[in-house]
Amino acid sequence: MSYGMLEVLKGIDLSVAQRELVFIIGPSGSGKSTLLRCCNRLEDPNAGTIIVDGDEVTARRVDLNKLRQRIGMVFQQFNLYPHLTARANVTLALRKVRGLSRRDADETADAALDRVGLIDKAQSYPAELSGGQQQRVAIARALALEPKIMLFDEPTSALDPELVGDVLTVMRELKDAGMTMLVVSHEMRFARSAADRVIFMDKGVIVEEGPPTRLFKRPKQKRTRDFLRQVEH
Amino acid sequence: MTAFERFTDAFFNTEVLATYWPVIAKGVVVTCQLAAAVVVCGIAMGMALAIVRSYRFKAINFLIVCFADILRALPPLVLILLLYFGLPNVGFNLSGFLAVWLVLTLVLAAFTEEIVWAGILSVNKGQWQAARSTGLSFTQTLIYVILPQAVRLTVPPLTNRTIAITKNTALGTVVGVGEILNEATTAQAFSGNASPLMLGAIAYVMLFVPIVYFGRWIENRFAWKRA
Repeated sequence: MSYGMLEVLKGIDLSVAQRELVFIIGPSGSGKSTLLRCCNRLEDPNAGTIIVDGDEVTARRVDLNKLRQRIGMVFQQFNLYPHLTARANVTLALRKVRGLSRRDADETADAALDRVGLIDKAQSYPAELSGGQQQRVAIARALALEPKIMLFDEPTSALDPELVGDVLTVMRELKDAGMTMLVVSHEMRFARSAADRVIFMDKGVIVEEGPPTRLFKRPKQKRTRDFLRQVEH
Repeated sequence: MTAFERFTDAFFNTEVLATYWPVIAKGVVVTCQLAAAVVVCGIAMGMALAIVRSYRFKAINFLIVCFADILRALPPLVLILLLYFGLPNVGFNLSGFLAVWLVLTLVLAAFTEEIVWAGILSVNKGQWQAARSTGLSFTQTLIYVILPQAVRLTVPPLTNRTIAITKNTALGTVVGVGEILNEATTAQAFSGNASPLMLGAIAYVMLFVPIVYFGRWIENRFAWKRA
């Protein structure tokens, strides 16, 4: 994966098991977000193969729109549609991509909103919701499509500190329900308690990986130690 | 005769007003028809062009940009004269009404295309990514996510442009379209009095003030609180 002359990702070899929560950390510009965006081809890698749930995402002749429904994505900036209510944000893809009737879509959407604890905000517009609530609606929007894997791109970085907890709670519930998750984030405490595996990336390569207890306590690489010291002090 | 009487006699002569208001009224009808046809066709065509442009086919976009730049640069009057007096030379006769309608429609389309295109570009990239990540196609994203936001941003400049273009219906005068200004100047010539022009001015105000208000109402109606 590269932008012009700049190689962003080089030789990443990573496999994620079903129901696994893999946490990706690393300094900014290390290629964490790009790696995530390659998984549903919001970015096109120029070489390499990405396989999700048995389907090759990077294949030339692939129905991306069909595939993307099985790969949920949550963004740092939430990216809710500001002209639609919370419920309509969730139902849009259900109706237009899945072809559900308005009634079925509403039902599915309400179930998803209920799951993130926001069923009473179904009629609210994004601007009427707090950042944490918006992010939970965004999670519901992805969840409603029943994805096989969820990609989280710094889901709490744009939130006020007191709103982070609600989003993390929802993510933990997802994990407990058996969702496969790939999370780019700086929430080290969450990583420690919820991640199965932590990956430290720098300059486009995976420097080190391991279970959180091991990686946080006894990092093998100097680069990892330096990074962790800077984040944790 | 005092100065004031001379003034009212020249501009608000009741006799002249009484004689000529029906002609001006006829002009109002023609102006309205022309303006409505221009606004509907011009905005529709401009939006269509902006939508086509967002697919970024190089050759087509080059043509769209040329079209928009040339039509925005040329004075509509030149184009109207060209169509009305030039085309008959190649055996193609266009009525004055059609010539004015066609030119103003194309000019409004050119401006609308640029305004809507700017609106499409100004919608946050994250909206595209979010929509595409749920499996919506490019076209679906454009229709259901991007355009509703882009159009809201374009309402104020579009209203202004619409008003500016519809006022240009007065250019119909030079090619014999019986719109407000044409009827007013003709009546002025016949009566040797400026009162019909005042009637015309009043007609324009009565026509366009509601449009200005309508534009403001639309702006408020479509405004949504930004996050």
